[in-house]
Amino acid sequence: MGVRISVKVNERSHTAEVEPRLLLVHYLRDVLGLTGTHIGCETSLCGACTVLLDGKAVKSCTVLAVQADGADITTIEGLARDGKLHPVQEGFWEEHGLQCGYCTPGMILAGAALLAENPGPSETEIRRAIAGNLCRCTGYQHIVNAIQSAARKLKKSGGRKV
Amino acid sequence: MKRKEDPRLIQGLGHYVDDLSLPGQLYAAILRSPHAHARLRKIDRSAAERAAGVVAVITGEDIRGVLGTIPVAAALPELKVPPHYPLAIDNICYVGEPVAVVVADDRYRARDAVDLIEVDYEPLPAVTDPEKALEKSSPRVHEQFKDNQACLWKIEAGFPDRAFKKADRIVRQRFLNQRLIPVAMEPRGVLASYDPGPELLTVWSSTQIPHLLRTQIAAMLNVPEMRVRVIAPEVGGGFGSKLNVYGEEALVAHLAMKLGRPVKWMETRRENFLATIHGRDQIDDVEVAVKQDGRILALKCRLTADLGAYHQLLTPAIPTLTGLLMLGCYKIPAVKIEYVGVFTNKMATDAYRGAGRPEATYLIERMVDLVALELGKDPAEIRRQNFPKPKDFPYSTPTGVIYDSGNYEATLKKALELAGYKKLREEQKKLWKQGRYLGIGLSTYVEICAMGPSSAMPAGGWESGTVRIEPTGKVTVLTGASPHGQGQETSFAQVVADELGISPDSVIVIHGDTQAVPYGIGTFGSRATAVGGTAMFLAVQKLKDKLKRLAGHLLGVDPKRIEMGEGKLVVKGKPKKSKSFLEVVQAAYVAKTLPPNFEPGLEATTFFEPSNFTFPFGAHVCVVEVDAETGDVHILRYVAVDDCGNVINPLLVDGQVHGGIVQALGQALFEEAVYDENGQLLTGELMDYAIPRAWDVPRIETARTVTPSPVNPMGVKGVGEAGTIAATPAIVNAVVDALRPLGVRDIQMPLKRERLWALLEARGS
Amino acid sequence: MIPASFEYFAPRSLEEALQLLAHHGTEAKLLAGGHSLLPMMKLRLATPRTLIDLGRIRGLSYIREDGGRISIGAMTTHAEVESSELLRRRAPLLPETAAEIGDVQVRNRGTLGGSLAHADPAADYPAALLALDAECVLTSQKGTRTVVAKDFFVDMLTTALQAGEILTEVRFAADSPRTGSAYRKLHHPASGFAIVGVAARLTLDATGKGSAVSVGITGVAPKPYRATGVERGLLGQTLDAKRIAEASAQATRGVEPLSDLQASARYRAAMAAVFTRRALAAALGRAQKQG
Ligand SMILES: Cc1cc2nc3c(=O)[nH]c(=O)nc-3n(C[C@H](O)[C@H](O)[C@H](O)COP(=O)(O)OP(=O)(O)OC[C@H]3O[C@@H](n4cnc5c(N)ncnc54)[C@H](O)[C@@H]3O)c2cc1C
Ligand code: FES
Ligand code: FES
Repeated sequence: MGVRISVKVNERSHTAEVEPRLLLVHYLRDVLGLTGTHIGCETSLCGACTVLLDGKAVKSCTVLAVQADGADITTIEGLARDGKLHPVQEGFWEEHGLQCGYCTPGMILAGAALLAENPGPSETEIRRAIAGNLCRCTGYQHIVNAIQSAARKLKKSGGRKV
Repeated sequence: MKRKEDPRLIQGLGHYVDDLSLPGQLYAAILRSPHAHARLRKIDRSAAERAAGVVAVITGEDIRGVLGTIPVAAALPELKVPPHYPLAIDNICYVGEPVAVVVADDRYRARDAVDLIEVDYEPLPAVTDPEKALEKSSPRVHEQFKDNQACLWKIEAGFPDRAFKKADRIVRQRFLNQRLIPVAMEPRGVLASYDPGPELLTVWSSTQIPHLLRTQIAAMLNVPEMRVRVIAPEVGGGFGSKLNVYGEEALVAHLAMKLGRPVKWMETRRENFLATIHGRDQIDDVEVAVKQDGRILALKCRLTADLGAYHQLLTPAIPTLTGLLMLGCYKIPAVKIEYVGVFTNKMATDAYRGAGRPEATYLIERMVDLVALELGKDPAEIRRQNFPKPKDFPYSTPTGVIYDSGNYEATLKKALELAGYKKLREEQKKLWKQGRYLGIGLSTYVEICAMGPSSAMPAGGWESGTVRIEPTGKVTVLTGASPHGQGQETSFAQVVADELGISPDSVIVIHGDTQAVPYGIGTFGSRATAVGGTAMFLAVQKLKDKLKRLAGHLLGVDPKRIEMGEGKLVVKGKPKKSKSFLEVVQAAYVAKTLPPNFEPGLEATTFFEPSNFTFPFGAHVCVVEVDAETGDVHILRYVAVDDCGNVINPLLVDGQVHGGIVQALGQALFEEAVYDENGQLLTGELMDYAIPRAWDVPRIETARTVTPSPVNPMGVKGVGEAGTIAATPAIVNAVVDALRPLGVRDIQMPLKRERLWALLEARGS
Repeated sequence: MIPASFEYFAPRSLEEALQLLAHHGTEAKLLAGGHSLLPMMKLRLATPRTLIDLGRIRGLSYIREDGGRISIGAMTTHAEVESSELLRRRAPLLPETAAEIGDVQVRNRGTLGGSLAHADPAADYPAALLALDAECVLTSQKGTRTVVAKDFFVDMLTTALQAGEILTEVRFAADSPRTGSAYRKLHHPASGFAIVGVAARLTLDATGKGSAVSVGITGVAPKPYRATGVERGLLGQTLDAKRIAEASAQATRGVEPLSDLQASARYRAAMAAVFTRRALAAALGRAQKQG
């Protein structure tokens, strides 16, 4: 018993018939093949599955695909524009904001969502904004540095929409 | 230099196991025991077999005599080894033990069918407390053994009993090093596929040890090893939890062969908590003999290790590392250690970041603080007094290891200066008077890295490295180490590029695929750079010699006069006389003008066997304030001065240090795997088991001293575990120090708020 | 990780939702933000036959003020509450509380109505709703009724919602002059929920005496409660740090605190007093600032 949904993912429109219980994260990964969005838990705590849903950071493991019907979604694969990395992606690269990389897509999207709302966050605000994203490798310091560096860049370039 | 692995990872283009899909792929889901100890009476799988999409349901009976047991590589005297199958046969010994596996055409339907399997268990009494398990009256985890003692290991050296008689004071303490759950952010996962034409079984697994896994899978499945290919794709963190051979790895491979279709299994986080190895879980009863002046004469320890129900790859060996490192960075002449390994109805423990060494460092660093307290001395002073001096290196410890190089005073001095130790102590006195609890904790540590000489390792301690200069002058490096976040794709490329005088962009580092890479041991024990890097470094030296010989031949000069320049090979002192790197490389492949007895091509492999471990060290200072009303610990400062020998890429080293410290902080403050007396895991999800979040951790101040290791030509030591090893005692020492005015001398980890609050309250703060 | 199958409806109007709810009875569950329900379904602790998604109904998400009364639609997300300018001015207790819920992603999806209806004993909002003397508007095919917050929370995971009812709105009075409020929370280190959460609101009269004092406490007992013992100790009194400290000692009078791995009953009780004092002290400071 499928339900028809239409979503825009990374600027591309998709229509599909899905089981109502299909989680958005599985729709993105298994149906659309966008495997950059990861899964790290079943209790909605790790944030590895974070994507932007109508511009807001959400845990795609805790959204049904049917709930996303009509929504505009950005995953890590769609963050770079015209072959240019998003400043938060650049920040992660330059400041060594990742080790194993598993938490990274979710972290980057959480960081991008933060900067879209608050272009000059304090360290405390950054740490609060990524509190829903667990990283077991980095100890977070380089992640914070990465987001700070992206904020500085965005300020210089006069901002950029995600 | 920015990491080469990052562009793919920051764009979601890396491939972890679950990101791979093969045509016709099936999904496996596992039914696990809800009981800690039970007999399996009957399994009714008929409903599951009939369910939509289900292809097969397999139980222990189906693998009896078909799949071998899960291997243990540790050899210890009188080690009891219970048979450990990928699916339980007859008996269940811990909650989470696999009972049956469903294979279906999609992951949702596989999961649905798991609920349809009916199992009749006969529950048996369980034991979860290791000390109770050693009592005569205890239920036995394995009926075939007369008791629950799994092994016994002892060290004695330097006449400890005599030393204790000579002591002015004896300081005793019991430490519980609680059970932890590694929680790599990527759970485990396996994808297997069998190609009947070439008779090739390919297994993708989230593993730290692809080659060892291949050997073991071949053995468990009884398939010739050359017909097995193991690939560790992108691995989302390991911390030791993927330094293992798991039943699921063999099981999924077996299913793929049996069903003739690719099979994928992804662990859920709950399964990860229940059935991926745990770490630590030791009780250490320690006593030290001290002289009034502060010298420590001897240490005795009875170490009781809760090993869980079965052995995984290295389970019983981990506490022996605790034993080897127990004297820490101190010149303590006598020692007596007795380690008892105990079976309980829990998941196996094994190597979790630091593997045995954090336990050692914790107990010795806590003991040194207790000695300082006992003698009324400054903990920094006691440490200094007992350090071996720089001239003492290489320093042989009574536990039988040889510390390669060190200057412990220098790191401590630097750390104290950075922290402003004197001022902090003054500040502390002031705040104490105001009823505020500021504490300063030190930890000076040494650790065993670069595992290690093969003589000391259960399954070989060498590593392989291959360097191949391609005909176009680009370079492929193959390393047997299997990095998964540590950044060796970058640091190895950096080293090779430097040696050859080319750009790191021209170098690629390949790892993790047994078909591409010569046999290797893997990445764990902070060995990838010091052992794997050295193998690669030596391989590149072979190529440099070859290039020089050839360039000399082409230029008509003695090869001894050739040196490597930027993109060229130059005659010493005659900068104009040179051949470009590419010209020489091409000459080696075209092979028309080679010197006599010169093999064409440019590829070299080295299997490097280190002569010793390396021994990084350092000094950490932690400053905390304890909230007198709530028991909350606020970390105000954290200063880490580490010495890991020569450093290839400082940013990567900092990253390792930060990550390690934060994992240690987790253990010090909140992590604890709690089983109830029936063997149910009460902290079975991230909802209950806290790992540090961004807002829990302070900004860490790092610095370094550099004491190169003489053990390898690059002088590197390794840094993957330093933070985890050093920081736990630093934090606990700080908190205990903060509460000193209350007469507190020890607090059991984790330092939960309530625990501290109870101390504050009891002493009427 | 994978929920069991269910039948899914996405009604476009409240009437349609009520009809579906009446039709499917107890087999059906309402789906709001899904941030309590979906995790339970993924662990198969909840296996509803039918889900009725409130997310497509227009007009259930709003924050408005009308004659000093504030009303908030049940589908308003935590993030919308947190960032509402109106609330920050007129009832800052609620945005301050919302900001303490879970994490950014949770706040972007979770809803006020869902949180209240779920009635987790460690949820944050209930403390604030109690302190605000809010009323909940429950709508069914029979019509609407209002229940005051105190009566809405019946027990652990149990509310006054009857079969066929949907929580549609929450209402309360905006702050009067010389009112201060604060929410103070002791987080569970793993889940982030409240081990203790205290919402306090107080109003000073011209002489600095407490003319209205309300304290809502969550996390401590099976259901959130008003700390009436504390309130009585402060009403009509000149408020200062000492008085507040004395009164806060009554934070758990008449309740039996919960006990779990993270906090024993004794610790919870002690923390209830500490956080009550901290919340009241902050509220007093804010009230005094308004002069
Ligand atoms: C990782 C994580 C951390 C969290 N941390 C916190 C925290 O710190 N503090 C906190 O308070 N909460 C926390 N939550 C819970 C969160 O606030 C939820 O969003 C909230 O409890 C439920 O709201 P919802 O809109 O998501 O409801 P849903 O999950 O959709 O529904 C919850 C229940 O309420 C019923 N329901 C929903 N809406 C209505 C309605 N209008 N009328 C009648 N019944 C209805 C549903 O049928 C269901 O039974 C956390 C959740 C997660 C996943
Ligand atoms: S997968 Fe962990 S929060 Fe979504
Ligand atoms: S980089 Fe490995 S979990 Fe964050």
